[in-house]
Amino acid sequence: MAANNFRHALFCAFITLIISYPIIGFNLEAQGINVTLTGADATTIVMVLLAAVIVFLFQMFREQIMGGLKSIPHPLPQSNKEPMAENRRAKIESWVLTGIVVLALFWPFFVSRGSVDLATLVLIYVMLALGLNVVVGLAGLLDLGYVAFYAVGAYTFALLSQYTGISFWLALPIGALLAALFGLVLGFPVLRLRGDYLAIVTLGFGEIIRILLNNWTTLTGGPNGIGGIPDPTLFGMEFGRRVKEEGNTSFHETFGIAYSGEHKVIFLYLIALVLAVFTALVIRRFMRMPVGRAWEALREDEIAARSLGLSRTAVKLSAFTIGAFFAGFAGTVFASKQGFISPESFVFLESAIILAIVVLGGMGSQIGVVLAAIAVTILPELAREFSEYRMLIFGAAMVLMMVWRPQGLMPMRRIHIELKRQE
Amino acid sequence: MQDLLYFSQQLINGLTIGSTYALIAIGYTMVYGIIGMINFAHGEIYMIGAYTALIAITGLAALGIAWLPLILIVALLCAMIVSSSMGWAVERVAYRPVRGRHRLIPLISAIGMSIFLQNYVHLAQGSRNIGFPALIDGGFNFGSGDGFQMSLSYMQITIFITTLICMTALSLFISRSRTGRACRAVSQDLGMANLLGIDTNRIISATFVIGAALAAVAGLLLGMYYGSVDPLFGFIAGLKAFTAAVLGGIGSIPGAMLGGLILGVAESMTSGYLSGEYKDVISFSLLILILLFKPTGLLGKPEVEKI
Repeated sequence: MAANNFRHALFCAFITLIISYPIIGFNLEAQGINVTLTGADATTIVMVLLAAVIVFLFQMFREQIMGGLKSIPHPLPQSNKEPMAENRRAKIESWVLTGIVVLALFWPFFVSRGSVDLATLVLIYVMLALGLNVVVGLAGLLDLGYVAFYAVGAYTFALLSQYTGISFWLALPIGALLAALFGLVLGFPVLRLRGDYLAIVTLGFGEIIRILLNNWTTLTGGPNGIGGIPDPTLFGMEFGRRVKEEGNTSFHETFGIAYSGEHKVIFLYLIALVLAVFTALVIRRFMRMPVGRAWEALREDEIAARSLGLSRTAVKLSAFTIGAFFAGFAGTVFASKQGFISPESFVFLESAIILAIVVLGGMGSQIGVVLAAIAVTILPELAREFSEYRMLIFGAAMVLMMVWRPQGLMPMRRIHIELKRQE
Repeated sequence: MQDLLYFSQQLINGLTIGSTYALIAIGYTMVYGIIGMINFAHGEIYMIGAYTALIAITGLAALGIAWLPLILIVALLCAMIVSSSMGWAVERVAYRPVRGRHRLIPLISAIGMSIFLQNYVHLAQGSRNIGFPALIDGGFNFGSGDGFQMSLSYMQITIFITTLICMTALSLFISRSRTGRACRAVSQDLGMANLLGIDTNRIISATFVIGAALAAVAGLLLGMYYGSVDPLFGFIAGLKAFTAAVLGGIGSIPGAMLGGLILGVAESMTSGYLSGEYKDVISFSLLILILLFKPTGLLGKPEVEKI
């Protein structure tokens, strides 16, 4: 056994060297058309060797290490206290959440413009992740082209404002409804497909939308994108220094305060906050409605659900459409925030990031997804020197989560009644 | 005559690309045939193969070795070894622990792996695309001097021959060798094969290794054909190859070869007669249509859902 173990460990270490040394140890440098090869510096090579040694030691003493990890007491020991009654817990939870939302409402007035801007982005991701959570987490449909609906929302606003001068408030429902329509039209044929085929088809669909946006130059401006997307207005009051449109007034003049660029940023943040809360509340309602139960039933066991009389197409389609609707919402807000959009913002990686948020937070769990959206967007900003490792860590985190904790960091809690154990 | 030449040119280009798609598609189809999961990271393994080959070629050039066959063979071997090891490691780290869980879990794990590998190469080698030296140039030209000239380059011939050798070797391996027989047994019924004393874990690893080695061959060939590599090089090619595998009937090796060729021709006809920008749209649309109307593909067997 020991000899076998040793051989295996040696083999693993050797493989580690093979897969890391050639790629990391040599740098290709392009100079014009010539390519030259330079060896990496000594620290990199030492790191590679160190990695191999670590793999060797880990494989060699795998059982001991795993055993040791298991014997460490759980950081949160199971308390013997009676678990709180379900309705009392829910009440406390809703108070805490309301408190957080109220805090979030007042917070932007005390911090810098940059952090408000970032927070708006976080809220857009929260909306996207909540929407995808319906599709992936609740209905169990792996949608890899979710970003397409986001793009539909953003481009709807951008194009309509360019050609018809539509306002943000009108574009918001139109963008969301159009995205939902796209979801409906795409979903109708593809939802018959089995899980992994569905994933690839939605991925293909997302890419098709992006390529069309990129190449339909006459309509979408191609890779150059669309600029000059108007900011939202507050009852006809604009946030710019000067009023752009006839009949509008400017915010700072109406209230007789000095002009400040921050007003607009804070207003956008508040809109995003309201919409994100709206998204969360609506989806929360859906989860408790029959259709929400049907999503979960179908995810857990399709055959059983169908034999109980659930229409597979209708249930899946509703999840798909609702998910797309909120992506359209987020897209409109995004277009308004950036003022400029191009197909660059809607690549597959964006879908993967949103999926990673849902997976990390815990599929189906709303609070988990919101926290993950905040973490995933803010952590790279805090650790700027590591920002280039962001996607690397994302990928690794997705794999590790699937291996160790597929239910996510904050798994979904079902409302349920537990029978008291009879001693 | 002109039209015919133009058509044959598109056909040749399509078959060239298609045969490399077929090489990559085999990796998808074999893995799917055995454990029923989409190895999303396969395109990245192909990309790593291309990078390793480029590193080997540049390294040999720096050492002053100029004999072409030696360069190609060493590059090919290096690419195959690194890619196969990568395939083995990926299976070990990301797929084996989640095998047998809900369908979406291995797929998400695979997507994570794909993002990880893409960024691994990105960090190590930079995000810019790097020129791949055209080691094999020249070729035959057909057609009159002033009209359209059809060309069949030596590179294209190399691609055909290499693909043919790989396919033959694979077919022989699958049909004749002991491991190949075990592969077939495992893909028919994993549990039963296990009962009969086949080390299924070893066979699954072998599948990944074989698929990765073929992808590395495709990486070297397509790298030379396109003339450059970048870390995103594998993503689209992987999707195309997956389309090819589905087209031919996923799980079926001859299907993957056929699907690759059909997809390659369809693509080059689109870029020849419509517009090059829409060739990706065509292949994805093709994928969607096949999955909708004939999910078993051309040569696949229908799957019966058991309760």
